[in-house]
Amino acid sequence: MSEGVVRLGGVTDFPPDPVIVAGLQSGDEEVFALLLDEWSRGMLRLARSYVSTAASAEEVVQDTWLAVIRAVGTFEGRSSLRTWVYRILVNTARRRGERESRTIPVSSVGGERPDGVPPERAEGGPEGAALAGEVRELIDKAVGTLPSRQRAVITLRDMEGYGSDEVCEILSISPANQRVLLHRARAAVRDHLAAYYDGKGGP
Amino acid sequence: MNCDEFAELVTAYLDDALDDSSRPLFLDHMARCSGCTGYYGQFTAAITALGELPAPGLSPQTRSHLLTAFREASSEKPE
Ligand SMILES: [Zn+2]
Repeated sequence: MSEGVVRLGGVTDFPPDPVIVAGLQSGDEEVFALLLDEWSRGMLRLARSYVSTAASAEEVVQDTWLAVIRAVGTFEGRSSLRTWVYRILVNTARRRGERESRTIPVSSVGGERPDGVPPERAEGGPEGAALAGEVRELIDKAVGTLPSRQRAVITLRDMEGYGSDEVCEILSISPANQRVLLHRARAAVRDHLAAYYDGKGGP
Repeated sequence: MNCDEFAELVTAYLDDALDDSSRPLFLDHMARCSGCTGYYGQFTAAITALGELPAPGLSPQTRSHLLTAFREASSEKPE
């Protein structure tokens, strides 16, 4: 099981789990920085499925990494390291989201912009630049309206490109449930885009 | 298969999770129905666009805070 192929979202020269885990356990800061830079973007997005602001998502990711630092000595390799880290993230984000929903009136949550991240921190990249800003905003908005379970699945599957097996494991859901959530989420995003293009007279 | 049924199965088709009896019906419907061909195209275009969204990273402050926390935790560990 631990000898299985490590899937890392299309990253090819990423060290395999045993190397990473040994590095973390022996205090290799370079290894930790590599993980931090490789996974935090996806973690921020996933956290945002459960909490109401980008700042709150950043705190969830920070708390998750602190928990990882404390607990990596107990990691047993029963799942991939990434799945293990993401499961800690989901638990942390859910708890915080539940706390927020008890303390923040729903109306004020809806009032915030989809993602209050300063533009200078949003990384464009060659693909990002290909997507027109208006369409990007529209998709962000559409994703922002999804229920958290749908949002978590579409974030992992379509935005981060993870396989369905890993997504089921991270979110503790069945393959059938995962597919239903993903389909509803995609259909909602498609509806938003179609309404936009209809209004403009075609894509 | 009607158009509503077709629309419900697009994700299952894309995940290669349609059973042997539904798959030919799905493809047959798409071949005959221009509306559903259009829907399918918009659906997959949405998926592509989702994959192209830029992802913001951690703030430099949080990143350096975490690197410090890692360093401190490692130096505290009894060897
Ligand atoms: Zn049709």
